[in-house]
Amino acid sequence: MSLPAKPSEPPMLHPELRAADDADAIHKDGRRLDHAEGSSRALQSRPEEQPRGAKIHGSRPVDQAEAAARFIAAPEHEKMHDERLWDLRQKRDREMHGIPEWEELRSLASVIKEHTLTHLDEYLDQFEATAQRNGVHVHWAQDAAEHNRIVHGILRDHGARSLIKSKSMLTEECGLRAYMASVGVEVIETDLGERIQQLDNEDPSHVVVPAVHKLRTDVAQVFARTLGTDRDNSDVHYLAESQRQANRPLILAADAGMTGCNFAIAETGGVTVCTNEGNADLSANVPKLHIASIGIEKVIPRLEHLAVFVRLLSRSALGSPITQYTSHFRAPREGGEMHVVLVDNGRSARLGLAQFWTSLKCIRCGACMNTCPVPAQRRLELRRDLFRSHWPHH
Amino acid sequence: MRIGLFIPCYIDAFFPEVGIATLELLERFNHEVVYPRDQTCCGQPMANSGFNADCAATEALFVRNFSGFDYVVAPSGSCVHHVRENFDAIEQSAEVKEVRARTFELVEFLHDIQKPEGFPWARFPHRVGLHNSCGTLRRLKHARPSELNEPYFSKPMDLLSKVDGIQFAMPARPDECCGFGGTFSVFEEVVSTKMGYDKVSDHARAGAEYIVSADTSCLMHQQGCAERIGVPIKFIHIAQILNGAGA
Repeated sequence: MSLPAKPSEPPMLHPELRAADDADAIHKDGRRLDHAEGSSRALQSRPEEQPRGAKIHGSRPVDQAEAAARFIAAPEHEKMHDERLWDLRQKRDREMHGIPEWEELRSLASVIKEHTLTHLDEYLDQFEATAQRNGVHVHWAQDAAEHNRIVHGILRDHGARSLIKSKSMLTEECGLRAYMASVGVEVIETDLGERIQQLDNEDPSHVVVPAVHKLRTDVAQVFARTLGTDRDNSDVHYLAESQRQANRPLILAADAGMTGCNFAIAETGGVTVCTNEGNADLSANVPKLHIASIGIEKVIPRLEHLAVFVRLLSRSALGSPITQYTSHFRAPREGGEMHVVLVDNGRSARLGLAQFWTSLKCIRCGACMNTCPVPAQRRLELRRDLFRSHWPHH
Repeated sequence: MRIGLFIPCYIDAFFPEVGIATLELLERFNHEVVYPRDQTCCGQPMANSGFNADCAATEALFVRNFSGFDYVVAPSGSCVHHVRENFDAIEQSAEVKEVRARTFELVEFLHDIQKPEGFPWARFPHRVGLHNSCGTLRRLKHARPSELNEPYFSKPMDLLSKVDGIQFAMPARPDECCGFGGTFSVFEEVVSTKMGYDKVSDHARAGAEYIVSADTSCLMHQQGCAERIGVPIKFIHIAQILNGAGA
């Protein structure tokens, strides 16, 4: 084993004089100074390779059983994934038990949703009118393709070639990133987990924690490949900071910003986005152009109703009392423009299905995915399937 | 009372001792228990797989077999759930509705209708882990599921606690699915098996000698999983313990 000189150390220091815990130190007889139980050479275990997601065969059903089998065959990934989701579940339960009126809140939220969904046309019209009064441009998209065309049209009108975007399951549903790539617009995800997935060219595996199936060693590989980081350094602070340094200039230089929407308030025309990284604020406020994509089921009647949902959302999703940022966008920033795209994409058809319309009450907290062990152990495959089959005409 | 004993097909085929224990247990309470000889599967596997219309013949036969009893009792949560909550492949005549409403799962029947003070003939000096089948737990509401912020209750636990000498082992994930799920275990073999391994290991870590459940199908799945990975744990249906098995 050769002993390469470390440039940072005094060059003339004899190996025998080095500290015993220095990997390059040697005895007088030339042996390495090693602990009796230690190895005679530095060993490095190879991190377990990340099992890739389901193989997509056009529009044929996703073979999730096959993909799940590969994931379960990777013990480190399977164990970490299982423990992380169980931990989320336990944190959620602890938060739940801290709120005596928890079940009442859930019922109240359900009733508000039921009321809204049974008067959806009225509340959508009201939202459109109030948003327009606030100076917001309102667009309606029948389906995913129309959504993507509308967004592209807005960007084209502004000559925008780059778009920073916070996490949005609706844009995943619409396949926005792939569409934007096909028309030459660069999309930069601003949520860390979603950015990891984008750089790795993978779909999110969970609606709340998109890269939850990845070990930090997987992220180190992705960042080494795409951001030039040290592939052997999987320290989370190093990885997060490296990504931050790489992403900030892109955010500052972006032509347009995009967010999803957790709640659209008919009474105020406001769009509320909940994040833990403040990245919706970056996406909405740094560029002069802000586009928010909103599923039509996201509307709620009044601001006071928001209080019910905000108390439920983050407790259910992550087991935290509230997200770090609950951002309210009501009007364009000074000198800027704000657009909202209201997307149907099968939702109104679902609203007419006696047995399935209640699925539109979903607030995407993801708690079901952490509570039922079937998705918890299948990961990506189920989600891909869900995005593809969730709405009737997919 | 005159009780129609409904023994699900897989219990009849693979675990007749569970059917026998159910019969004996009900007879201990001086009921007139009748086993209609022509009974077959209630149609649950077809309905669960999306072939609801194909259940019509089995549902009609079920009503023919079980019409006119005070109660119909079965040692299986999922079958009772099908009869009571689905079972709409046939016209809903007054007779059909009557049979459906009178059909009870054994634990429900004992806990809600029989309400016994105890099981003086039973003694089970072992550490048992209770397996709540996820369907029976949430659809028949055998107990409060852990994800709800509601007052605790557990019908199977109430009954088992009346058995002399019994002790309970508490798994870390008390009501997580064991991975059986009927046809799920066929179509999603790897996930199903992994969940089964995790389930039996959880109970074993908690120190259970036996896993007891009101659902034989879950126990069948878990038994296979335990044998495959060498977890030394035994399986028993709640009817057997309440009827005095091992005494």
